[in-house]
Amino acid sequence: MTMAVAGSAFAGQSSPWVSRIAVAAVHFFVIVLFLGSVQTNTWAAILGFLAIHAYSVAVLVYWSRMARSAAGDTVIVALTVEYLLICVLFWELFSLWAWSTFFGLVLVQICAFAMVRYWRELRHAPPTAWFGMVVILIYVMIAATAPIIAPFGETEIVASEYEPWGGKFLMGTDNLGRDTLTRIIYGARNTVGFAFVTTVLAFVLGGFAGLLAATLRGWVDQALGRLVDILMAIPSLIFALLILTVVGTSIMSLVVVIAVLDSTRVFRLARAVAMNVVVLEFVEAANLRGEGLWWIIRREILPNVMPPLVAEFGLRFCFVFLFISALSFLGLGIQPPTADWGSMVRDNATLISFAAGDFQLALTPLVPAAAIALLTVGVNFVVDWFLHKASGLKE
Amino acid sequence: MSDIGKMVAQRLGLGLLTLFVVSLIIFLGVELLPGDIAQEILGQAATEETVAAFRRELGLNLPPHERYIAWLVNLLQGDFGKSLANKREISELLDVRLWNTLFLAAVAAVISVPLALTLGILAALYRNSIFDRAVNIMTLSSISFPEFFVAYILILFLAVNLGVFPSISNISEELSFGERVYRCILPALTLTLVVVAHMMRMTRAAIINLLASPYIEMARLKGLKPGRIIVKHALPNALAPIINVVAINLAYLVVGVVIVEVVFVYPGLGQLLVDSVSKRDIPVVQACSLVFAMTYILLNLLADVLSILSNPRLLHPR
Repeated sequence: MTMAVAGSAFAGQSSPWVSRIAVAAVHFFVIVLFLGSVQTNTWAAILGFLAIHAYSVAVLVYWSRMARSAAGDTVIVALTVEYLLICVLFWELFSLWAWSTFFGLVLVQICAFAMVRYWRELRHAPPTAWFGMVVILIYVMIAATAPIIAPFGETEIVASEYEPWGGKFLMGTDNLGRDTLTRIIYGARNTVGFAFVTTVLAFVLGGFAGLLAATLRGWVDQALGRLVDILMAIPSLIFALLILTVVGTSIMSLVVVIAVLDSTRVFRLARAVAMNVVVLEFVEAANLRGEGLWWIIRREILPNVMPPLVAEFGLRFCFVFLFISALSFLGLGIQPPTADWGSMVRDNATLISFAAGDFQLALTPLVPAAAIALLTVGVNFVVDWFLHKASGLKE
Repeated sequence: MSDIGKMVAQRLGLGLLTLFVVSLIIFLGVELLPGDIAQEILGQAATEETVAAFRRELGLNLPPHERYIAWLVNLLQGDFGKSLANKREISELLDVRLWNTLFLAAVAAVISVPLALTLGILAALYRNSIFDRAVNIMTLSSISFPEFFVAYILILFLAVNLGVFPSISNISEELSFGERVYRCILPALTLTLVVVAHMMRMTRAAIINLLASPYIEMARLKGLKPGRIIVKHALPNALAPIINVVAINLAYLVVGVVIVEVVFVYPGLGQLLVDSVSKRDIPVVQACSLVFAMTYILLNLLADVLSILSNPRLLHPR
């Protein structure tokens, strides 16, 4: 309560009641929608009920803390109302999966809040960065709503193999008679999802080890440094192939192997950046105060190394994403029947040679490849802009 | 001169040490990881006796360090052991394929290095112009493309639609040199598109970095043409980073061929590696990994030495 009052005191232009009433209204509306579609499943209903409550409280707290303006509030409320209208209009689709309304709302509101919060920087973003952000947003939305928008099931065989484009199958069918469009939509979820999880794991691993090495120095630094040197001396694709031969190709081993290999790059960067921060006075002061190692890493060093690490996260994601796709393309990555863009290219590659007969059908293997390329380009554009901004370069 | 000799010897020693540790990892990594190779290969149905016999045949009943030393000694004599899948000598398999891979990488390098340097110099010359922006966006995109995407687009347009080049580049020893180059032009073009971006961007950055220095200012003030300033004055001093990035990309060319070879069914080392991985033919995978790692380490070493040679200041670090 005091938070909200304090928030309204410095925001000035906008009453705190706007956010409270808006959040409460949306809250009840989503609960009604959720309960309406969850039907008989009691546990899901209880879980959803709790999740929506927790989310609403989080929104309320965050909203009252951020620097607000009337225009910003209007944007947030307008986007939310618009989204709920879409929910009602396309209720037939949304009711297929009870959680869709809620997850969609979370997604829309995160975007709305981010836009309002960082509008000043976003306004000066170059067109390439805007392009990248829109691309990423579209991919996330497709991945989040895959079961709703896909016309068929992920592994459902719906026709004979290699049906032409158009009609019932917008992009034809693949080598087993599954709908290509459906598999591409589910691929957004699987390929991007695994790449994201792997990158996060690589960052937790490499980032933590790097910060630890920079803070502790001495033999820890030496040991970790030499280990990383050795791991980096072997080309990572070759190394991954070697290890996957022995442990076998499962999703778990794939994620762990790639995360470990990629964490070496993160380690180098995190250590190099943290080295410059560790020697500063405020870290020494924290040391003298008797703060623990974990506190120093989390509260003193981490906030000061965030910008380069965030940019690196984007780049790393691209590498991991391309890496997983490459392995899948070689038949050693994500295994069938899971829909995945890399293996889709491999499975349908023979179609290319029939371009003279049916040009659209020959494009089938290129569509998932293009989907991979587009996302990587998008992320790279955003990272490029971010790096440019972080480095403070004007020209 | 003796300084340089000492430095080269030092780097070479370090490289050999890395190579030794890498061979240790390649050998012992297989040991330490879970799973019994003999059991894996023979499958669940194998009786205990056959597994034991197979283990004896592979020499798995000896302790690891003895096997490692035997493996290394054989390796130094050019004996890589036998493939599990078809019982052929691995060195036989490697011999032709390694040359094929190096041939492909060489063709790609001959196309890409001059192209990247020219584009980089032009982009530095006309920096912040439409040309520079276009090249920048193009290269940023081509880094982001997966190799197989580039490869299939080239196949679709140049091989299937126009029919200029063959989409499958199976080369053999009987073919003449020209025919071999012709057949591997598409894989080489794919590799070129993948590596040009990095080299070009680094060339541009290395030259632009120098343009703020006083001696370039001087050259500009005495009225030299921009093209002459860049080629005659800036380029020689930017050589160190450029040579470095070229060598790194050459290393990438040799290692990065794996996917391109699979797409074009090119009979190279990468194809062999991928085939062996799916067959879980561990001795072949080990041999291929070692050869790839060796090439990679040697080229990186070369990059190191060359960049120090072209910039004597690096010899005396302060």
